[in-house]
Amino acid sequence: MINFVLLISRQGKVRLTKWYSPYSQKERTKVLRELSGVILTRGPKLCNFVEWRGYKVVYRRYASLYFCMCIDPEDNELEVLEIIHHFVEILDRYFGSVCELDLIFNFHKAYYVLDEILIAGELQESSKKTVARLIASQDSLVETAKEQASSISNMIAQATK
Amino acid sequence: MAALVDTLLQRSLDDLIKSLRSQPTLESSIISRSISEIRREIRSTNPLTKSTALQKLSYLSSLHFLDISWSSFHSLELLPSPSFTFKRLAYLSASLSFHPSSDLLLLATNQLRKDLSPSSPSPVISLALDFLSLTASPDLARDLTPEIHSLLSSPNPSIRTKATATALRIFTRYPDSVRVAFKRLVDNIDSSAAIGVFCELSASDPKPYLPLAPDFYRLLVGSKNNWILIKVLKIFARLAPLEPRLARRIVDPVCEHLRRSNAKSLVLECARTVALSLADYDEAVRLVVEKVGEFLASEDDANLRYLGLHVLSMLGPRHSWAVEMNKELVIKSLCDPDANIRREALLLIMEMLFESNVVDISILLVSFASKSMPNPEFCNDILEAVLSACGRNVYELVMDFDWYVGLLGQMSRNPHCAKGDEIERQLVDIGLRVKDVRPELVCIARDLLIDPTLLGNSSIHRILSAAAWVSGEYAEFSRNPLELLEALLQPRTNLLPTSVSAVYIQAVFKVLTFCFCSYFERLESGHMLSSLGNPIAGTGCQEESDASTVVFGKGDNAAVGNLNNTGAIGCKPDSLSGSVNLDEQFTHASVLRMLNLIETAMVPLSNWGVVEIQDRALSVLCLIHMLQRFQVWNRDEEGLRKDGRVSEFANLMAGVFNQELGPVSANSQKRVSVPDGLILKENLADLTAVIGEEVNVSVSASTSFFHRKHHNGETGEETKILTESTSLLSEHRKRHELYYLPAGKDEAQSNDYPPANDPQLPVSQCGASEDLVELDDQPLLSRHRKPTKPRPVVVKLDDVDVRENSAPESTVDLKDDLLSGAVCDVLLGNEDNKPTKTQKKSAKSQRRKKDRPTYVEPASASQLRESGNLVHVELGSSSSKISRHGHSKEKQSSSQGIEDNEDGSQKNLTNSQHHYRKHKHRQDRDALPNLLPQTPVIQDFLL
Repeated sequence: MINFVLLISRQGKVRLTKWYSPYSQKERTKVLRELSGVILTRGPKLCNFVEWRGYKVVYRRYASLYFCMCIDPEDNELEVLEIIHHFVEILDRYFGSVCELDLIFNFHKAYYVLDEILIAGELQESSKKTVARLIASQDSLVETAKEQASSISNMIAQATK
Repeated sequence: MAALVDTLLQRSLDDLIKSLRSQPTLESSIISRSISEIRREIRSTNPLTKSTALQKLSYLSSLHFLDISWSSFHSLELLPSPSFTFKRLAYLSASLSFHPSSDLLLLATNQLRKDLSPSSPSPVISLALDFLSLTASPDLARDLTPEIHSLLSSPNPSIRTKATATALRIFTRYPDSVRVAFKRLVDNIDSSAAIGVFCELSASDPKPYLPLAPDFYRLLVGSKNNWILIKVLKIFARLAPLEPRLARRIVDPVCEHLRRSNAKSLVLECARTVALSLADYDEAVRLVVEKVGEFLASEDDANLRYLGLHVLSMLGPRHSWAVEMNKELVIKSLCDPDANIRREALLLIMEMLFESNVVDISILLVSFASKSMPNPEFCNDILEAVLSACGRNVYELVMDFDWYVGLLGQMSRNPHCAKGDEIERQLVDIGLRVKDVRPELVCIARDLLIDPTLLGNSSIHRILSAAAWVSGEYAEFSRNPLELLEALLQPRTNLLPTSVSAVYIQAVFKVLTFCFCSYFERLESGHMLSSLGNPIAGTGCQEESDASTVVFGKGDNAAVGNLNNTGAIGCKPDSLSGSVNLDEQFTHASVLRMLNLIETAMVPLSNWGVVEIQDRALSVLCLIHMLQRFQVWNRDEEGLRKDGRVSEFANLMAGVFNQELGPVSANSQKRVSVPDGLILKENLADLTAVIGEEVNVSVSASTSFFHRKHHNGETGEETKILTESTSLLSEHRKRHELYYLPAGKDEAQSNDYPPANDPQLPVSQCGASEDLVELDDQPLLSRHRKPTKPRPVVVKLDDVDVRENSAPESTVDLKDDLLSGAVCDVLLGNEDNKPTKTQKKSAKSQRRKKDRPTYVEPASASQLRESGNLVHVELGSSSSKISRHGHSKEKQSSSQGIEDNEDGSQKNLTNSQHHYRKHKHRQDRDALPNLLPQTPVIQDFLL
């Protein structure tokens, strides 16, 4: 099971965190500090696995971002690498060649995408198309809701409440 | 109107992000300003204002790691919003701010129930499921079990998947929910989410899932989805050790995957499964070793090299040949640029350490560590691994201690060595435990002490301290005590920290005592010989010593000169060590010279700023002055011999250190029984006054320097009033008898309590204490080489054994217990436990089955049902358990039929799934003719 997902930039800035196991805020900060110290200092062409506090952290660097997932010791590292790649590909497809800025300004969308890929620390959908379709349907719901909200009658109703 | 203004003037998320990015230096002030804004906005009744505030907060929490648990109530407020936009934002911020232990979660129960109802739009359901999977608390799990149960059979596959994954959380938080919802989970067994859930569940206790083995087997053989296959393999790796027949059954499919698959992740999983639970099947193991060899040899993929080593270390304990085959690659990995791979290789090598190869491998590793290591950290990892492997369980691997002590010496010379503490501990420990190795140990210690370059390396000062202690304590084994003294007194010793210097001075004291005691002993015996009427021997001895006097007379000045100058004495060990014979060393002149040497070195130390050193130096000086007061020194040996006082004094001093030191067991204190008549007070406050003078008494858990410190303290006091030394000692002993460890056998018998550390103690006297002569009761495993020379006795204490033998009790988590109990009940239909519930449920499932449309069953389903029924018929009479299982099988196969039926409606199914299904159909058709031979296969699992 994946215990948490981290996206860290090369400068050590956090871009996304998702905790599937309960960690207190204090622990989370500590985890981040420790792991970014370990992972960001590793050179290229080394293996993508780090042992950490009895767990394994699988990470992979895409451009300036490190995608890290912490898994249980008996989990399959290569599978998790594939999950990371899967996630990145879907992000890429969704944002259209994704870059770090996309994930900053649309951080919530990154969460929605992740929620369609992983749930409770497990992969839920291995098809990129299905994920894309699910997110698209959610987005269209949002659009219709927005249209409703921004209609003039609605604004008047709000204002006169 | 105010609300509208608020909304219009509110800073959007983009504004916040832009301002944070444009002024990175002002980050904290911008954050605190916007937080105060948000606190105001979030209370707004306008959902737009509120949601924007929550969104900004989510941003700050997620990217700037702010604690936003205070906002959880506000996200709850927004949850019921009819607008999907707001709902989604509310769920996002709730998932960031809530924790399974939050009290406010209960307030969300109703809203979640509403959102989870099948009539809600599917995006809303999936939001609620995502949230529930993250934050399920026991209460929430209990209250929402029915919703999850109904969603498990939702027509929407993505909802079903999410519900399945969420069910895992519900089960673990609230095990009773298993009784309600587990059957539906079994119905979904073909989906990757359900397999993931079974994989997680079986991790804590695999036993209850054995009845599902036929389904897993079907997936193992039929599935083309690598994600599913990996999980199924994991489950089998846990199930196979429970049921040997299962292992036999899965070997072939696993090997098939190993051979065929191109996906490295699947190959890796197969290899792990074989290593974990199919290690008895040679063909599979050979295949794995072949694959691992490929992994290890992949130059450009560090991941594969790392994982190859990992698998190899899983195989290692059973199949050492596997490691042997890949030996070169493993050794090569020690030089890998990746520290993780190096460490893995080291671990692997250390696991392969046996009595037969410990010498070769340790030598290899230590020399590897000392030469060419650009990486001090890893070099120390190697040293640590060797030290801990050899020191494990009181040096059980070490047969030849002379070699091992030499190895410790070699490690100390490694320029990067930072394991001084451990080497120090082992040197002293071996000295205490292994009598036979002491001569060699003293020799190694001498080599270390004599090398002036080592004194410059602060990380090995602790080792030097151990060396000094060893050579002081076992001075009788020293080949050349005078040389040893010179080494201990060399000028560069001023580089040592005071604690080590103190040990050095104490060692000087011991060596000095030993030297003149043996000198007098020799004089006495020479005297006896001559008085026995053997004048030839007497004169011969005299001549001999005269001759060496001349030799030493020459060396004398040179050595003292050296001391006063630069003091590279270690480089010229030949300045004194002409002879090896002890007798020849202790001549009148050489002892005199020794006294001078020590005096010269000690005088400056007696004014040292640190009391530890000053104290000891004064003790030594005191002894020397005492000796010099015997005027006979200045005359000749004959006069000395006649002086009764001298020999008496020598005897007294010899008595000071002749007590043998042994290792101290960590719980020796416990075994001291309270003597009769001693009343132990609960409150020991009034003892502080007594303790004030009792600084020496310390209870140490380690074996290292406990005794020595004790002695140091004693002798420090003693030598000031030297002539009464032993009487004082005995007086002290009388006063604080309780704190002393017995000196010898006689005392041990006279004391009321059993001594803690007496190696000669018979077992009968103290039941728990055992002296293990390792060799006697050691089963000679096939890997054990016949020792060329007998292993020396290693003194072991009971606590070590106790610690080794008492394996930690496996404490099963109560929750897990409940969970697997519930799963057992459901799968095996244990009627006794929950009669009412299960009956109700079975009635329900009957009803459910009736509701289902009729359909044409695919071949595999009917086949399965048949096999299930077969078992039912065969074993049904013996137990109701199986009958219930057969029932569940039937139901499961029918659900599969439904899925197949629905295939048409699920146009969104992915290509891969399509392939999978098509393939399954094809397989089913293929499987049809083999029906008969295959049925016993599945029956095999069903015990």
